[in-house]
Amino acid sequence: MCKIVKKEILVPNTIYLKVEAAEIARKAKPGQFVILRVDEVGERFPLSLAGWDEDRGTLEILFLIMGKSTMKLSALDEGDCIRDIVGPLGRPTEIESYGNILSVCSTFGIGPMVPMIKALKEKGNKVVTAMEARDKASLFWEDRLKSVSDETYVVLGDGSLGKHRRVREFITEYLESGNKVDRVFAFGRIFMMMDCCRATKPFDIKTIVGLTPIMVDGTGMCGCCRVSVGGETKFTCVDGPEFDGHLVDWELLIKRKRAYLREEAQAFNLWQPDNLRRIAELSELPERISVM
Amino acid sequence: MAEKPKLNLNRVPIPKQTPEVRRRNFNEVALGYTDEQALEEASRCIDCKKAGCKDGCPVNIDIPEFIKAIRAGDMPEAARILKSKNSLPGICGRVCPQETQCEMTCNLAKKGGPIAIGRLERYVADWERDHPEIAEQQKERIRFNGKKVAVVGSGPAGLTCAADLAKLGYEVIIFEALHVAGGVLMYGIPEFRLPKVIVQSEVDYVKSLGVEIKLNHVIGKIATVDELLENGFDAVFLSPGAGAPVFLNIPGENLSGIYSANEFLTRTNLMKAYLFPEYDTPIQVGKRVAVFGAGNVAMDASRCALRLGAEEVYIIYRRSKVEMPARLEERENAEEEGVIFKLLTNPSRFLGDGRGRVRAVELHEMELGEPDESGRPRPIRKPGSEFIMEIDTAIPALGTRPNPIIPSTTKGLELTKWGTILTDEASGRTSKERVWCGGDMATGAATVISAMGAARRAATDIDKYLRGSTEWS
Ligand SMILES: Cc1cc2nc3c(=O)[nH]c(=O)nc-3n(C[C@H](O)[C@H](O)[C@H](O)COP(=O)(O)OP(=O)(O)OC[C@H]3O[C@@H](n4cnc5c(N)ncnc54)[C@H](O)[C@@H]3O)c2cc1C
Ligand SMILES: Cc1cc2nc3c(=O)[nH]c(=O)nc-3n(C[C@H](O)[C@H](O)[C@H](O)COP(=O)(O)OP(=O)(O)OC[C@H]3O[C@@H](n4cnc5c(N)ncnc54)[C@H](O)[C@@H]3O)c2cc1C
Ligand code: SF4
Ligand code: FES
Repeated sequence: MCKIVKKEILVPNTIYLKVEAAEIARKAKPGQFVILRVDEVGERFPLSLAGWDEDRGTLEILFLIMGKSTMKLSALDEGDCIRDIVGPLGRPTEIESYGNILSVCSTFGIGPMVPMIKALKEKGNKVVTAMEARDKASLFWEDRLKSVSDETYVVLGDGSLGKHRRVREFITEYLESGNKVDRVFAFGRIFMMMDCCRATKPFDIKTIVGLTPIMVDGTGMCGCCRVSVGGETKFTCVDGPEFDGHLVDWELLIKRKRAYLREEAQAFNLWQPDNLRRIAELSELPERISVM
Repeated sequence: MAEKPKLNLNRVPIPKQTPEVRRRNFNEVALGYTDEQALEEASRCIDCKKAGCKDGCPVNIDIPEFIKAIRAGDMPEAARILKSKNSLPGICGRVCPQETQCEMTCNLAKKGGPIAIGRLERYVADWERDHPEIAEQQKERIRFNGKKVAVVGSGPAGLTCAADLAKLGYEVIIFEALHVAGGVLMYGIPEFRLPKVIVQSEVDYVKSLGVEIKLNHVIGKIATVDELLENGFDAVFLSPGAGAPVFLNIPGENLSGIYSANEFLTRTNLMKAYLFPEYDTPIQVGKRVAVFGAGNVAMDASRCALRLGAEEVYIIYRRSKVEMPARLEERENAEEEGVIFKLLTNPSRFLGDGRGRVRAVELHEMELGEPDESGRPRPIRKPGSEFIMEIDTAIPALGTRPNPIIPSTTKGLELTKWGTILTDEASGRTSKERVWCGGDMATGAATVISAMGAARRAATDIDKYLRGSTEWS
């Protein structure tokens, strides 16, 4: 049982939680994740660590409301407890002095990027960050990223800021105008990471991405999280979650992630309408979520 | 013995759900003896002077004595005798391969009718669970001796070692990676063979001895073995099992709808996917399911698939019936329930439906050749025998290998070439001082009772070592 000590609704579909988990906080490293189970009937699902405080014994996570599990988690409030949290899982990010780094993130990838940038900076790297969001209303933690990065660029999908609509356009222009980049780290939506790899490929810049396949145990026991990297099958939970994006079989990843679409919709729809109403009240989410 | 009793060689059969009914539900298949049936079976035992049964039991249960207590109607005594040697009798009575252990060495086995020791063991354990007040009265008072032992993994090996050490006065903490204790007993062996309430009541018994179980603790991640030794534990017993899945390594194996047996069973048993959507974890079986391999794990996976609603379930195995490694009883259960065996057949690739799901498997026929290293005839591919079988789900059930998390994070642990931890069989000692190992991690995938036997030997040696009566090397 892990108590939620702080909850914030960052933007309407993205929630931030700070939870008590002292032992995990002591061992957490950038790039690692935890697996949660919200309640006794809940599934096991992974969330990246967006921060931790060894002294206070707390972890920070932030998540996008996608379906039943994340919706249930969003229904919990400060003072409530999460049934199970296990971690820290996965290999930590390889933090070395690479030189100039471009960090690219969107949505829930913004969370894990913060501690990663901090650690990269401590190793003497220069970090330039590009964050992508759909529009102004879905933008969050711009200030946090600014405070840890050397430079920060924001790319908005509706084109309301600057001339770019996608990070790919930004990256291509950034590299074409002669900026030297030694390594790219990309975290967030799969399509954003794929896009990012497409942009860096012609310049042959190693691009590390954080993969998010479906998981069950998170300890190498089931093989559900298998992905193909450079033609080899890897288990994301123990061999990753970070891989060389130029070697990832993206099509396979996307197809495997979509394997349970029907069941996910069913689980979500059959979930008690009462609970949905309660969430809407508690977290002041837009009314439309409660009628889904 | 005054008069020579007449031998009765007719084993009392155990009532079972009929195959037509049970193939569609997750309730326990074998229903257990009634009082009368148990008494009748116990009365067949002739209380031998040189009781062969005892030699066949890896944890040395005093079998004739507990059977005698059943006969005398003294159930608390029967339970006490069992529990003094076996902390998990309700589990062992259900899943041990008695036919190769105590029932094989029972003196009546030669005559063709060994005592059904497993069923009687189960009967006593179930009686005790229904009479918790008795266990309470029998609880021994334990005095702590001030020493602390960490146990990694809460499968049968971990639970046994912890219980033995707790009874000797040690403070024991079990660290378990998953969100429930029990290991394969919870995530692998299905509900219909081993109900989870029984596993949990035996886990509760271990806790009642003072053992603490820390769930959601992956050793190697949240703390390393070295950190445990530095932070107050006098000894560490490793029992993390051999939980990593083995795949076929053929093209198409990453298509959706192809589950390792571990994933399929974990979703079904641990996460209760058979109760979806009441429970959140989904599983897909479709109409036609192919299970590859013919061990106990394959039998369990195929029988789960039936119960999840599959219309046709195939066991695909490259050798013939006689080489099948599964227990005869499980094979028969599977056959009765309608699992179809396709022997001397091997897969060469999976075919997708264009949207990432498995649609079919290409199989080819095999012939048996000369014996290989394992002594079994080597299966050889018949040229030109390829054919395609349409399937919705595929489950490779080819066994498991040790998970590298602990070996790769612990300094000075020597491994064997199979990736198991090098362990002295008699004492359970590893190459690292104050670290013992037992169960599947030491031997590779084996049985519940052999894991328990190894854990008992290690507990004895840990006690000797910590009391200072032996040196490490
Ligand atoms: C290493 C890793 C780190 C992650 N970090 C974050 C994070 O920090 N913030 C965040 O919002 N999300 C993160 N995710 C994704 C998150 O786990 C899924 O969004 C979540 O499980 C969705 O569950 P749901 O029931 O709410 O939605 P569902 O309706 O069940 O699923 C929505 C989609 O999420 C994916 N998904 C479903 N079940 C699982 C599962 N058990 N494991 C993984 N993915 C699943 C599937 O692609 C599915 O189509 C991470 C995933 C991985 C593998
Ligand atoms: C489907 C199936 C059916 C079987 N049927 C039978 C049967 O009928 N009869 C029989 O006798 N045997 C059977 N077996 C074999 C038997 O279950 C195993 O031999 C036995 O469970 C091994 O016990 P163990 O304690 O060594 O390991 P396990 O039971 O595997 O338990 C290991 C535990 O350690 C935990 N763990 C792993 N790594 C870590 C870590 N780093 N930190 C913390 N915890 C960790 C795991 O989560 C697990 O809970 C079956 C096995 C399977 C898979
Ligand atoms: S060997 Fe068989 S008959 Fe003899 S005491 Fe043991 S169980 Fe009874
Ligand atoms: S989630 Fe089971 S092996 Fe990775």
